[in-house]
Amino acid sequence: MSFNFRSAWSIYKRELWRFLRTAFQSVLAPVLTTSLYFIVFGAAIGSRMEPIGGVPYEAFIIPGLLMLTLLGETTSNSSFGIYMPRFTGTIYELLSAPVGVAETLVGFVGAAATKSLILAAIILGTATLFVDYTIAHPLWAMLYIMLVASSFSLFGFILGIWADNFEKLGIIPMLILTPLTFLGGTFYSLDMLPDPWDKIALANPIAFLVSGLRWTFYGEADVSIGISLGLTLGFLAICVAVIAFIFKTGWRLRE
Amino acid sequence: MSDTILEIEGLTKVYSGGVKALDSVDLEIKQGEIFALLGPNGAGKTTLIGAVCGLVRPTSGRIVAFGKDLATEWRGARARIGLVPQELSTDMFEPVKQAVAYSRGLFGLPPDDARIEEVLRSLNLWEKRDEKIMALSGGMKRRVLIAKAMAHEPDLLFLDEPTAGVDVELRKTMWAQIDAMRARGVTIILTTHYIEEAEEMADRVGIIRDGRILMVDDKSAMMARLGRTEAIIDLANPMTELPDAISRFPVSLESDGIQICYRGGDGTGKGKAEVADLTKALTGAGIDYVGIDIRDSSLEDIFVGLVERKEGEDA
Repeated sequence: MSFNFRSAWSIYKRELWRFLRTAFQSVLAPVLTTSLYFIVFGAAIGSRMEPIGGVPYEAFIIPGLLMLTLLGETTSNSSFGIYMPRFTGTIYELLSAPVGVAETLVGFVGAAATKSLILAAIILGTATLFVDYTIAHPLWAMLYIMLVASSFSLFGFILGIWADNFEKLGIIPMLILTPLTFLGGTFYSLDMLPDPWDKIALANPIAFLVSGLRWTFYGEADVSIGISLGLTLGFLAICVAVIAFIFKTGWRLRE
Repeated sequence: MSDTILEIEGLTKVYSGGVKALDSVDLEIKQGEIFALLGPNGAGKTTLIGAVCGLVRPTSGRIVAFGKDLATEWRGARARIGLVPQELSTDMFEPVKQAVAYSRGLFGLPPDDARIEEVLRSLNLWEKRDEKIMALSGGMKRRVLIAKAMAHEPDLLFLDEPTAGVDVELRKTMWAQIDAMRARGVTIILTTHYIEEAEEMADRVGIIRDGRILMVDDKSAMMARLGRTEAIIDLANPMTELPDAISRFPVSLESDGIQICYRGGDGTGKGKAEVADLTKALTGAGIDYVGIDIRDSSLEDIFVGLVERKEGEDA
């Protein structure tokens, strides 16, 4: 199987250009939202909360808030990236080019993941303005953020192909991902929940992602980092398989 | 060595709703020609182009471009094919030059500013290179799409309704540009509603209807085979029956005997020569006339005739 680097690079560059074109709203909106969370839940309320697992509350919520932004923005960026060419008809160029699934994914998903990493860096930088925190495993944190960004970029790509209108495009991030992230331990530790809710909460896959990121920050989490990592890798593999199937069959891409 | 660069065999496309857009289409395209695909709306023209360019999955059949089977060796084949779609589909916020450079990169070619400049200049777009596409007129937007399709130096270019919605003056400019592309060795397949366009530009013409190719031939051969000359001769005085002097001509008496109508010839000029003989015969027989209106049938007449004949057969 051949891979055309120039094609992938062209798609990647163009997608990043699109991001930079709307950088003001792409960056400012999530940073502002996250800053508000830090102000309200961190500075205002957090100072009256007990530390959780020895971590001050305002620092405890950083991984969860980062995950909240990361999942929403990554999924939206990626889904829009492929949905818009379908919607406007410009996808004809991609489909008629000597470009396969690998180049398409590296281009679209790579760009979406890059945007998310830029956002993550900005959010973590913003957090330092409000909260005093240190990252226990910075390399793991970076790798884990990259893994989550890549997985949800792939997921967003699938959504962008599945959706046949703007409403569907927004449903999953707004009505599923955001609530699950809120309920996945963004603002609390799962063991703070009363029985049986602490068990039920483990049915929420996002809880494992939040927990995994929290481990990279503070070395402790609700579930083992191995399980979080395994689940994320499994999700990534499923997304890759679904996209391979989509390209093989041409579902919603080729008539 | 064969000069066929595109070979389509038994191509059939049935959409999921059951509509058969293409029905066992066989077609060969020769290197360096301009081939016009004519057909009414819904005939299958765009589906045929889509199948070759990778936008449509054929239900059955085989497409071979440049000796490569598109089902298995699509990368090599697609790299040499360009497509200008019917719709003005492009990122309207993108500057012209950047959009064209992107297309080149997408097809795996290294950046080449000189080539991009050459393409933009050839389409009179160089002065607009830094403008957003949305700021351009409709005709210029269409030229941007042509520039994008030309950026990777295709050997085979599909133009789907290239002059749809373009005013007469710009249409003629675009014809000249398409002709220039052919001069550079690009093989061109165009679909059009403007029969005049095919008549003006095409070397060969294919007529498609209901997903089936009704006829493929050299334009001039088709005109010769199916073309006709029609002449209306206005008489000075009405007559009740045709005189023997002109009975050997394919003529009829019309408009209450005040007009003689000639329908004949073969589209190669034979008809006009016969009309000249007819007028001489009228003069020789002492029949006075006051006017002659003569016209050759156009490709449009042939096209309409063929399609209508097919409709009659189907009915």
